[in-house]
Amino acid sequence: MNSLRRSTLQFAAALTAGLLLPLRALAAWNKDAFGAKTAADALKGLGVGASAESKDIVIDAPQIAENGAVVPIEITSNLTNTKSIVVVIEKNPFPLTAKFDFGEGALPYVKVNVKMGESSFVRVLAEAGGKFYSASKEVKVTIGGCGG
Amino acid sequence: MAEPMKIRAVQKGDVTDVRVLMVHPMETGQRKDTSGNIVPTHFIQEVSVRLNGKSVLEGQISQAVSRNPVFSFRLKGAKVGDKIDIAWLDSKGERSQSDAVIA
Amino acid sequence: MRPFFLILLLLAVPPAFAQDSKKEIERYQRMIADSSPAELYELAGEAAWKKPQGPNKVSLERCDLGLGAGVVKGAYAQLPRYFKDADRVMDLETRLLHCMLTLQGRSREEATKRVYGNEDVASEMENLAAYIVGESRGAPMAAGDTHPKEKAAYALGKKLFFYRAGPWDFSCASCHGEKDKRIRMQDLPVLSSAAAGPSVATWPAYRVSSSQMKTMQWRLNDCYRQMRMPEPDFASDATIALALYLTVNGKGEPYRGPGTKR
Repeated sequence: MNSLRRSTLQFAAALTAGLLLPLRALAAWNKDAFGAKTAADALKGLGVGASAESKDIVIDAPQIAENGAVVPIEITSNLTNTKSIVVVIEKNPFPLTAKFDFGEGALPYVKVNVKMGESSFVRVLAEAGGKFYSASKEVKVTIGGCGG
Repeated sequence: MAEPMKIRAVQKGDVTDVRVLMVHPMETGQRKDTSGNIVPTHFIQEVSVRLNGKSVLEGQISQAVSRNPVFSFRLKGAKVGDKIDIAWLDSKGERSQSDAVIA
Repeated sequence: MRPFFLILLLLAVPPAFAQDSKKEIERYQRMIADSSPAELYELAGEAAWKKPQGPNKVSLERCDLGLGAGVVKGAYAQLPRYFKDADRVMDLETRLLHCMLTLQGRSREEATKRVYGNEDVASEMENLAAYIVGESRGAPMAAGDTHPKEKAAYALGKKLFFYRAGPWDFSCASCHGEKDKRIRMQDLPVLSSAAAGPSVATWPAYRVSSSQMKTMQWRLNDCYRQMRMPEPDFASDATIALALYLTVNGKGEPYRGPGTKR
């Protein structure tokens, strides 16, 4: 057999043997959902169905952010068996901001700094026990000072 | 070679508080540089947290996460001395991985 | 009768809202300080402090910031102050520059080529400042105010603070000399009295709006720019005098930088 065929077969063998797999398999980034321009499309892209409002999703965020470049958001889900949490910032150009999937060793909790283009509702959805739940909080964004 | 992360993992009773600071521009593709040219998008897309080699949290994030991201997570069932490692992959295919021991 | 009552209610809302806004903004300020990238600059600064540089190929680790050669812990809290070896009052950045020139043998031109960085790469001064000030966390601020040159610097700083000039006839006091002033949603702190404490205790600071570590030298420079006045030279007598004036005003305040600000 010619050398090209041989090297192709060797490559295929190595791939199957797991030798050329990436060092770390990370959850594949959902391009469609993150590229969606509306919250509804983003959630559809993630397969998040209709959700029920729940007080068991606690969102701690500032009511007024002096600057939209860093808005700290702290999320705790008190729903039993929370599998994942999704963060959507409704008025951002691409509303889907983050999705966190929790394995056995993690509590359904996350704190993250986000960018907000303007005052908006921050919506959090959680999947627990096969169902979806949601909560939201309004954050007003201002521009402080002289801009310096 | 991506900048290393700063991870702090502290055991508090049954819960491990993990805080990670990452160095990354998280460019949205909407910012202009001083010459007036658009700075192209470049941001972390995937984050993975492992405890003693086993995945406990997987995150997908957008360019709307702030520059130099700071995340806090909480783990359960871990103890002092256990190993946490955190990896990220960005939109340009660049990677970074750092680890820390729970204190 | 009902509409009248409603109007009274509406008139009662604005002041309460203003107070709530102030509290909410303070809450925001606490939240961003809690999860701030400022720490990254402290680490970079520590590396810069220990890096051998210049023709003499030495690090800054023998630099005397006022408490002895190489003593970083608590050093920032006693700056600006008079230094005998230079026979002048120096603030942190001026003193660092002095060490770069005398210890490392670097030229002034090279050491001050890029004193202010950008969001991608901080300047050496910014990193060093973050590291050194972090080592004074908790220490009560005690800038020098006894030596004759320190007193002279204080007097000069005070004079500059109240000196109106430029196309807008502004002085520092125009914004920072009176209580209860604000620009948009930003409360303006009074800096001509002990009320300067919280401000001087939180500079240098990571500015989230520009994603950069900003030093006191930068802050003073930018104030002049905002007043449309010529910007002072880096580490000039004017900036040192102003920095000393402000810091002495805030005497006793527990230092808590590097700060995180909008």
